[in-house]
Amino acid sequence: MTAAQTGAAGFLARYEGLKDHLPGARKPWLNALRADAAAHFAARGFPTRRVEQWKYTDLAPVAQAAFAEPLTSVGGSVRLPAANSPHRAVFVDGRFRLDLSTLDGLPFRVRGLAQDLAEAEPHLGALAKPEAEPLAALNTMLFEDGVFLELPEGVDGGLLELVSVAVDPGRPFAFHPRHLVRLGAGARLTLIETATGAGTCLHNPVFEIDVAEGAMLTHGRMLQEAATVFHLSTIYARIAAGATYDNFTVAAGPRLTRNEIHAALVGPHAACHMNGAQMAADGQHVDTTTSLDHAAPDCASRQTYKTVLTGRARGVFQGKIHVHRVAQRTDGYQMNQALLLSEEAEIDSKPQLEIYADDVKCSHGATVGALDADSLFYLRSRGIPGDQARAMLVEAFLHEAVETVTDETLKGALTRVLDAWWERQGVAA
Amino acid sequence: MPAVTETIETVQAVAESGYKWGFETDIEMEFAPKGLNEDIVRFISAKKNEPEWLLEWRLRAFAAWKTMEEPRWAAVKYPPIDYQDSYYYAAPVKKPGPRSLDEVDPELLRTYEKLGIPIREQAILAGVEGAGETPAEGRLPVAVDAVFDSVSVATTFKARLEKDGVIFCSISEAVQNHPELVRKYLGTVVPQGDNFFAALNSAVFTDGSFVYIPKGVRCPMELSTYFRINAKSTGQFERTLIIADAGSHVSYLEGCTAPMRDENQLHAAVVELVAMDDATIKYSTVQNWYPGDAEGKGGIYNFVTKRGACRGARSKISWTQVETGSAITWKYPSCILQGEDSVGEFYSVAITNNYQQADTGTKMFHIGPRTKSTIVSKGISAGHGQNTYRGLVRIGAKAAGARNFTQCDSLLIGDLCGAHTVPYIENRCATAKVEHEATTSRIAEDQLFYCRQRGLTQEEAVGLIVNGFCREVLKELPMEFAVEAQKLLQISLEGSVG
Repeated sequence: MTAAQTGAAGFLARYEGLKDHLPGARKPWLNALRADAAAHFAARGFPTRRVEQWKYTDLAPVAQAAFAEPLTSVGGSVRLPAANSPHRAVFVDGRFRLDLSTLDGLPFRVRGLAQDLAEAEPHLGALAKPEAEPLAALNTMLFEDGVFLELPEGVDGGLLELVSVAVDPGRPFAFHPRHLVRLGAGARLTLIETATGAGTCLHNPVFEIDVAEGAMLTHGRMLQEAATVFHLSTIYARIAAGATYDNFTVAAGPRLTRNEIHAALVGPHAACHMNGAQMAADGQHVDTTTSLDHAAPDCASRQTYKTVLTGRARGVFQGKIHVHRVAQRTDGYQMNQALLLSEEAEIDSKPQLEIYADDVKCSHGATVGALDADSLFYLRSRGIPGDQARAMLVEAFLHEAVETVTDETLKGALTRVLDAWWERQGVAA
Repeated sequence: MPAVTETIETVQAVAESGYKWGFETDIEMEFAPKGLNEDIVRFISAKKNEPEWLLEWRLRAFAAWKTMEEPRWAAVKYPPIDYQDSYYYAAPVKKPGPRSLDEVDPELLRTYEKLGIPIREQAILAGVEGAGETPAEGRLPVAVDAVFDSVSVATTFKARLEKDGVIFCSISEAVQNHPELVRKYLGTVVPQGDNFFAALNSAVFTDGSFVYIPKGVRCPMELSTYFRINAKSTGQFERTLIIADAGSHVSYLEGCTAPMRDENQLHAAVVELVAMDDATIKYSTVQNWYPGDAEGKGGIYNFVTKRGACRGARSKISWTQVETGSAITWKYPSCILQGEDSVGEFYSVAITNNYQQADTGTKMFHIGPRTKSTIVSKGISAGHGQNTYRGLVRIGAKAAGARNFTQCDSLLIGDLCGAHTVPYIENRCATAKVEHEATTSRIAEDQLFYCRQRGLTQEEAVGLIVNGFCREVLKELPMEFAVEAQKLLQISLEGSVG
């Protein structure tokens, strides 16, 4: 191993060394896929701030570090986060751990991707774009495992929790899980994802999500890793006619979080809701970047993102809505709001509309600022102390985002994460 | 609704003619050789009898330009420009000053007549000595600087303005008569190496207007510059510098037209504004360069850098633009809000029809405390037009209590056009407040139905609705310009409905 090599060179060296041992190394189609991704990653490396999509997020700390592989742990006990669902698929350092998972009684199959690469062939790489996103290229080049979910037509899958735990081996390490989530026509699923972990770690997951006609996927994500973790996730979602993809992401933990979502509405009357709350304290950086393709008529999309920053934190929101010529009668809405609670915090926001169809209703809004002085005054005038009044307003600001979630279990889990974060800030202050 | 009635009449009047400013004036011209090199820069500087420091300034800009690459980030497409295949200096041959209207080159005279500049002013524009400088019909006069290709041919009402200490002349004259002012401010808002087109302009600018308003003076009349590209294969590179000293006030208007030609012509201007303590500059543009024909052939490439610095406390710079012309518009009038409590404003209507492309917007840099900015942008796309709002609001760490409000609305007419919004918001100050809204929609069927039901034709109804859509911006324009702008909107949309 060439552990001394840093950044892109280090990862490329690891790929060269490992390529005959990675899962599926005897499958020519997968070798070709990985080799192609490696070529893209070699050509572009980690994006710098000169790349428009990375204008506000600096990956230098990732590019300059030397990450090793995680220690292979096939057994042994791992501290898991509190359960949000009776059914859990557990991944440790990106590898599926059947022994820690509870999957009995689920009406569909949950597999580790490495177990069933042959069946994944037609779907793996169908949506991801390693040529456009270097992090997806890095993932494709080095992924070893991930969740492989397939819901047959019409099945109501209920609730499943996807747990990702990173165990600190005492040196910097990286893992790149690849998740495939496929819902057949009319199927339904609520997927709650909980990511925890410690140590200097790069968690670089890629999701390929396919929601077939009339199906509905609710995808809640709670990124709660330690403030030493780099979490860079890329989600590709394809939403067919009449289907719905609902994503809610809370980022409240890692040192650097990039929550990048590419969703495409490809059939009429499809819907996509992308919402989230991202919070960062001193030294942390949170980035939500969404790109929504309206590629069919009569589709609707809604986005609401909230950012709260304290200390020397930095927040980024970039959201693009692209309405293709065929996508008549599109209804698109996007709102992003940021609250700056300290003198040193910085927020950068870039909402973007690109519209080529005329019969559309598209709007976006953005607000950035401190807590509203009038609201504070109102609360203080009713005898509420300043700190408590501020806490109430911040809570209200964050909870507003969660209001869009209809699944009660998910809503409860998300609210707990938001409240826990805010409590930690209180302790710190 | 007299303005609307007038609009409709105008539309009917020009229904067949299309771009009515598209004629060409046949006049004896003097050209520098085609192409761009150090000798041309020296030629222009010598032609203008410029001091050594300005020639060196130009040469530094030219050296910088040679190392720069043409920007490609805007959402516009055009074939590569051959910078060597253009004249960088073209001026009408100047004869000894004519004594009466009869002696003025009739072609030049006809040009002004056709451009709709009133006869009183016309006499002055053509350089007739002794023609009265009293305003006609008791109307508030507008002082005009007329720029014909590379040079300013005349500036009116100079004597009246001088009474108040206002300097209004071409920048070439200012270099001769007020070199200390030019040297002090030129390039301080838009440096020579600011961007590719600004560097090009700095190297080869030929004329433009210069305005200086002394302390405490409210400029007694509107100032205006009329830019006309006439000669074939020329680029126009004008440079405008406006300085409003402490407590002064000025309103400045800019208009422009060009002949209809199959080739594309380059217009790369630089405008610099400086506002000191308590000064106000209002800068209005009605941009009506030739947009090209219905197939997208010809038209002006309008690649312009406009920037104002609010240097003083409580100073204010307000940009209002109505962009109806040009094949391609690349333009971001900006404000650097340095002085505390200074104010920046940007009001814009941009319209693209046929194959026109516009990538326009503004940048507001909030540096001083309690600085405020307002952005209102209305984009209208029709035909195959592509219209992009691109803007930046940056709040610095020291801009405590800064405030920005931005509204960008886009209207789509037809399903082959595009409307895009790309705002950047960067905030490093917790006590600042930034709000941004953008909407995109088409003309509502019920609005159209309502108008049609009252007897308006489809085209009239669209015109009425579009004028309503743009009202917030048009009301910021000085009266005469507002009426002209309304007519222009209507004409620009011709053939886009039905």
